[in-house]
Amino acid sequence: MVSGLAPARLEAHSGERPEPVLPPGIEPDADALEIWRALATVADPELPMLSILDLGIVRSVERQLDGDNAWQVTITPTYSGCPAIDAITEAIHAALASIGARCRTRSILSPAWTTDWMSPGGRARLVQAGIAAPGSSPVGLVAAGSARVNASALAGDARRRVVACPRCGSLRTTLLSQFGSTACKALHRCDDCLEPFDEFKQH
Amino acid sequence: MTSALERAKFEYALRLADSNLILAQRLTAWCGHGPALEEDMATANVGLDLLGQARLWYGYAVELEGRGRTEDDLAYLRDAPAWRNLLIVEQPNGNYGDTIARQFLYDTWHQLLVAGLARSRDVRMAEIAVKSEKEVAYHVRRSADMMIRLGDGTDQSRTIMQAALARLWPFTGEMFAEDEVDLLLIESGVIPAAGTLADSWRHDVEQVLERATLAVPRSGWMQSGGKSGRHTEHLGHLLTEMQFLQRAYPGAQW
Repeated sequence: MVSGLAPARLEAHSGERPEPVLPPGIEPDADALEIWRALATVADPELPMLSILDLGIVRSVERQLDGDNAWQVTITPTYSGCPAIDAITEAIHAALASIGARCRTRSILSPAWTTDWMSPGGRARLVQAGIAAPGSSPVGLVAAGSARVNASALAGDARRRVVACPRCGSLRTTLLSQFGSTACKALHRCDDCLEPFDEFKQH
Repeated sequence: MTSALERAKFEYALRLADSNLILAQRLTAWCGHGPALEEDMATANVGLDLLGQARLWYGYAVELEGRGRTEDDLAYLRDAPAWRNLLIVEQPNGNYGDTIARQFLYDTWHQLLVAGLARSRDVRMAEIAVKSEKEVAYHVRRSADMMIRLGDGTDQSRTIMQAALARLWPFTGEMFAEDEVDLLLIESGVIPAAGTLADSWRHDVEQVLERATLAVPRSGWMQSGGKSGRHTEHLGHLLTEMQFLQRAYPGAQW
């Protein structure tokens, strides 16, 4: 199903050259930075307001010195059954082809993906799209367009965790289901503005 | 695949792959038929997670085997006696209470198992287990919540849940039975001892059932056989549907 999709490109970023959000400890040279910049234009098919770098699923980019000088892009799946991974892989190839780079993708499981790797910009764009960001906490009130995230407040039981409404910022919300429109989201309802909303689950 | 240890690892990876895939197949049959939209989505999403985890285990199994078989060969080209899943996962969906009870009993075991496997001496198994652990935490949270809501619901819903537990309980002993494959892997530090899992499982299940105002079924005869390929009649019917395409059009590609 997904293989027939046109490669997803991040609309919000078209026309500008955002600095890509890299995993900690990665210091690319000029050529590698161009690859990272191209990857920053690849959107997640199910969350098109996020790039795959915002999600933190690209772990490394390495030039292959043998053979065809291809770049090896290492990605890690968000969820083990994520159906978007094939579309993402195709979109990576297309994005790099558009700047004349060849690539191979490699998928790794360890270390397992965590929402801690999601970029602050990505979290803010989730909230703007009406989806509570992982780590929304009662301490850092999350109102539309101004996501503040406090991961340490999440250490406790998820049942007691307060998920702020991404629309009105209310902390009076009710968990309706542990699973929302996709495996990575839970479904809540705001008891003040009465809107249902998805939460990108802490993972 | 040369050593006895590698053969045992293959067999064990196959068991987990098969249990996850068969349960995923059962759950996805609810898609579009769930009693409420939220439950429909939750059931399909849990099935999707289990399908993804099954693929990780199949991927490791075919590497261990090293005979060129693929994960699709294992999923589509084996008949019932070659399947190694637990009997509980092949039990019919029944009413929604049966499906929830089956899920709760399985999830509670699955969570304890992957937590143990996360400390496996086998690096690949530990990686798959750590990846699964986060997903299964949501599965068990949701199925335990549903057990409590339905058990501590109306007289009718409590009666249905109690009957579902009674039907499924004889299939839970198999989760903790140890055969020669298990014993070799336990001895080698690859998998956790089933005995410690059994105690934790019983404790966790009892806690939820108490909050659900449901009685713990009396222990009695426990049915086993799935891990050695002796299945209930339900698996064959499930496979005819799941494997239809490859049986009717061998080698067909999507």
